[in-house]
Amino acid sequence: MHNYLHIENAKMVFDTKKGKFTALTDINLTVKQGEFIALIGHSGCGKSTLLNLVAGLTTPTDGILLLSEREISGPGPERAVVFQNHSLLPWLTCFGNVYLAVERVFGAREAKAKLKERTQAALELVGLAHAMHKHPGEISGGMKQRVGIARALAMEPKVLLLDEPFGALDALTRAGLQDELMRIVQETHATTLMVTHDVDEAVLLSDRIVMMTNGPAATIGEVLDVDLPRPRDRLKLAENAHYHHLRGQVLEFLYQKHMKKAA
Amino acid sequence: MSAVTFNEGSLKDIMNKPETVPASAPAEAPAKLRPTPYFETERGRALLESFGNFFRAGVPPVIGIALFILLWQIVSASGGDSGLPGPAKTWEAAKALFADPFYDNGPNDKGIGWNILHSLYRVGAGFGLAALVGIPLGFMIGRFAFLSGMMAPIISLLRPVSPLAWLPIGLYVFKETEPASLWVIFISSIWPIILNTAAGVSRVPQDYLNVARVLNLSEWKIFTRILFPSVLPHLMTGIRLSMGVAWLVIVAAEMLTGGTGLGFWVWDEWNNLNVEHILIAIFIVGIVGLMLEQSLMLIAKRFNYE
Repeated sequence: MHNYLHIENAKMVFDTKKGKFTALTDINLTVKQGEFIALIGHSGCGKSTLLNLVAGLTTPTDGILLLSEREISGPGPERAVVFQNHSLLPWLTCFGNVYLAVERVFGAREAKAKLKERTQAALELVGLAHAMHKHPGEISGGMKQRVGIARALAMEPKVLLLDEPFGALDALTRAGLQDELMRIVQETHATTLMVTHDVDEAVLLSDRIVMMTNGPAATIGEVLDVDLPRPRDRLKLAENAHYHHLRGQVLEFLYQKHMKKAA
Repeated sequence: MSAVTFNEGSLKDIMNKPETVPASAPAEAPAKLRPTPYFETERGRALLESFGNFFRAGVPPVIGIALFILLWQIVSASGGDSGLPGPAKTWEAAKALFADPFYDNGPNDKGIGWNILHSLYRVGAGFGLAALVGIPLGFMIGRFAFLSGMMAPIISLLRPVSPLAWLPIGLYVFKETEPASLWVIFISSIWPIILNTAAGVSRVPQDYLNVARVLNLSEWKIFTRILFPSVLPHLMTGIRLSMGVAWLVIVAAEMLTGGTGLGFWVWDEWNNLNVEHILIAIFIVGIVGLMLEQSLMLIAKRFNYE
């Protein structure tokens, strides 16, 4: 359980038409293996930008990002991303979407039967074995997001990156998927970085909550340890005083210390 | 399980219990026992609805066609003996014409079937060449901004040129009519394919490309799994437009080049002053064009993912 993901003095400056825009500055964060980190902040605070830096989809203007002591220089399957809008390829079945990822990661080393087995296992893990041969257009939003999670998990990534994975879903579906994600992370011990703007989601799921200040030039404001025992149960937590205390601290950070001026 | 079973009858009995219902109710109760009329049952309603839909969809076109034929009849009757042939006369001529569509009396006198097939062959060949060149070119223009910048002025300059203006060039270069007419089809139907393919490539959603980047897919996999399927709907639109243009152009080109084909036939019949046949030719061109369009629409539907 050593330092696994290491971000040092990361800075991100975008070139826009109106000149340079500093999105992130002085980002320092260390994540242990198997840890679940939530990134929370008001919209536009650069939390997705930070996730994209870890994903390698954008390269930092300054600073260093290390994953198990190797520099992150571009996107790669060892850092699987679950995108906000699921990003499934509509012309492939659920199976096909997951298989594409599995084939890419394990195709060189393993036989076809084994690859299919992996794909199937990943879809079973998210409870979608029955919808395997359907196309994304034929299933609900929640199911699509689960396929997205299955695709990411099937790659056996070093880090699982979730970019507001449940943002587009209704509250009930979201709760169901949060529970499922909690179970899966418990089973797989995946190191996870999740962007969210949902306080309850952050407290329920994570080991630490990274709270970000408002942009421009956003940085990490505070880091909160969520020392609630696992496995966690959302119903029991509703009556847990410590849960409410933690929740209150996040809310205080977001709405008192860093209230966003009405845009 | 208790002995009480709720069927519809017993439920009605409970609802009609005297203390909950005014005194007049018992008189109504027996009337409810008669079977529901067929058109009030679910199946009956569904039947009525499908009839309704059928009429709503089918009646307006039938009336439209009937009015068209009526108008045609009026126009032809008002012209007297030298007027346009009427629907009945044209119909008779068409029956005679299609009785033997595949006769062959030498180069300038072939059955209507041969002429249609010749035109279709030319459209297919010219259009096929256009697709063969246009699709890869469109992909490259969409993928590489530099190439797009290079081609943009050429395409904007050549695209508005009337297809038949290319015919003399074809005749001069190829010295023969057959390749010249293929050339005209090729050059006039290539633009929609190039432009739509290129537009499709540049509009591949960033999400899909991000998936490709995270997975580190090879260029070949990106092409087969992401670019090509994503562009396919645009490509189909391009092909449909191209096919439409090709079919428009072929009749005109064949009028000029002669020999065989629907266009040649129209001109030949004009020289024979056989106006019925010209009218029939117009219908054939319309119907074949419609069939081409519809079959391409069917194929395009297959590739519509959302």
